[in-house]
Amino acid sequence: MNTTIGTMPEYLTRYFENNNLIGPASLKQIRKDALARFEVLGIPTTKHEEWKYTNLAPLTRSEFHPALYHTLSKDVVVNDLIAGKEVILLVFENGRLNKELSSFDNLPKGITVGELGDNFDHPAVVKNLAKHASFENEAMVALNTAHIFDGAFIHVAENVHCEKPIHLLYISGGEENTLAFPRNLMVAEKNSSAKVIESFHSRGNESSFINIVTEVVLEENANVEWSKIQLENSNTFHISHTECTQAANSNFDIHTITFGGKIVRNNLHIVLDGKNITSNLNGLYVSNGDSLVDNHTLVDHAMPNCLSNELYKGVLDGKSKGVFNGKIFVRKDAQKTNAYQSNKNILMSDEASMNAKPQLEIFADDVKCSHGATTGQLDKEALFYLRSRGIGEEAARAFLTIAFADDVLNRISNETLRDELKNRINERLNKSN
Amino acid sequence: MLKIKNLSARVEEKEILRGLNLEVGKGEVHAIMGPNGSGKSTLASVLSGRDTFEVTDGSVTYNGEDLLDLSPEERARKGIFLAFQYPVEIPGVTNANFLKTALNEIRKSKGLAPLDAKDFLILMREKMKLVEMDKSMTQRSVNEGFSGGEKKRNEVFQMAMLEPTLSILDETDSGLDIDALRIVANGVNALRSPERSFVVITHYQRLLDYIVPDFVHVLYKGRIVKSGTKELAFELEEKGYDWIKEEVDAAKV
Repeated sequence: MNTTIGTMPEYLTRYFENNNLIGPASLKQIRKDALARFEVLGIPTTKHEEWKYTNLAPLTRSEFHPALYHTLSKDVVVNDLIAGKEVILLVFENGRLNKELSSFDNLPKGITVGELGDNFDHPAVVKNLAKHASFENEAMVALNTAHIFDGAFIHVAENVHCEKPIHLLYISGGEENTLAFPRNLMVAEKNSSAKVIESFHSRGNESSFINIVTEVVLEENANVEWSKIQLENSNTFHISHTECTQAANSNFDIHTITFGGKIVRNNLHIVLDGKNITSNLNGLYVSNGDSLVDNHTLVDHAMPNCLSNELYKGVLDGKSKGVFNGKIFVRKDAQKTNAYQSNKNILMSDEASMNAKPQLEIFADDVKCSHGATTGQLDKEALFYLRSRGIGEEAARAFLTIAFADDVLNRISNETLRDELKNRINERLNKSN
Repeated sequence: MLKIKNLSARVEEKEILRGLNLEVGKGEVHAIMGPNGSGKSTLASVLSGRDTFEVTDGSVTYNGEDLLDLSPEERARKGIFLAFQYPVEIPGVTNANFLKTALNEIRKSKGLAPLDAKDFLILMREKMKLVEMDKSMTQRSVNEGFSGGEKKRNEVFQMAMLEPTLSILDETDSGLDIDALRIVANGVNALRSPERSFVVITHYQRLLDYIVPDFVHVLYKGRIVKSGTKELAFELEEKGYDWIKEEVDAAKV
């Protein structure tokens, strides 16, 4: 972007100014504040505790530009319909909605799905946009917030159940060094339910930078399953922040699946702000080459009688690096909390590495919490067992790795999506062998 | 079928097999007995190709071919099967999927087409009966959460599915109650044929009441020090191993 960290390059300043002509005055002020905050914070360096293992310096060495035109054809997108064709579909080309390739008309009553920029006056947007994901200490959230316009808005009204999955499909490329700042907001009102698939793809080998922020708000007794699927090429910088706020009796399942990217950073913050909430956080990253996948999760138990269950698994090959940082806060009032966290990694090569850091901070006294992190090689005994039955060494390795990964993928309820991901991991592991 | 000549093997710096000789002919059942630490399981491991052991001397030929040159999977494809003393748990891999892959790999190496889903199911049902295995076991992860008896039964079930020509049973009787022992032995006996051979490694004579061997060998300090027929097993059961140890140790002096 720019070598002087903390200031915006000129071409981006112009982009900011044009973008900030659109929307209500209150939003314009938020954008301005966010930009000012970004200029104070700057792009994080490895001196920052939360970015210790994730060096964004390569990002500052190129100039990334927002792409202006849509050039994508329908047949390209078809391959990326990983949750099938029976979906409410928003296609974002280099971060910008491509209405021609999308299908979100004639939605059932109570369901709103569309471009965020078209919905700035919606009461749920006015109430929630940029109110959950704080940019105070998050430079990359600030950078995104300064450019709020593109992205999806999903609203499910009280007592409404959205039967069709909602697929937000992001595809980058068509030219080099594209830049996108998608901003998503989802509000699931009382007693509503929905399933969202957010998937990320590349057209070719073009490099790109996506800085995305998603806010998900679950009102009382809402039920949302969110699948974030990252399938980009190895020249993609993907910096993401997902902030979910849950009210009493709600259920949130989120699957973060990463099969691609050069540098991928996923922040996932969940605030359990009511009683009897359930949050399930599942993660799987399969990496090779010199890629880096960094998952930072924060589960904030603010109220009593809630359950959070977190399972992240990694398969790292080549020279790839993995980072897992899992924070759990159990606040003073959050008695009878159950919070579980597990991070398991397999290193497939001598040069792959993993940094795992579970962090529990517990201020209540009547809680059940556990955490664990393991990093190792494939079980030698299990490999020998498979081979002793006639299965070749490489096939045996793939067999065990797939079984390891399936443990996470099996938690995805959408069968089409689950099978598609299983096929892709199968192909990939068998190809690399 | 199997010729072991002067075989020596060690793990790290410890010599465990020290010049072991054994010949197993077609259709024969050989029992290998011996006190703890005599090298019984090492022999099973070396034959199946476990790489934690280093062969330092001697040779093993199987149907005229140098066995020690082959990888574990090549040995399996040529008909060698090891029933593990401690079968490994493999979470996330169903028994059925595991066996189908193994069976088809072995078939492929013989130039045979893979079994289709239906034929595989028919075969599996037939062999499950043999070891009185519950249908649900095939959909469970390999050995995961199985009791000791179920694990051993699963070993014999796999053996029945893969139809090896040389089966090595490494203390398959350990940890089994009398009913499980009978089931496991029945499974093995059903596979006996003039074409198939077995090496049955055991600590106790008990198993040999059910799987009646043609030959019994005593392994001590990495060598076969006594061979005989099934009567030798009775003698060992009655008198223990001390008299053999004394004989061997005295002869050395």
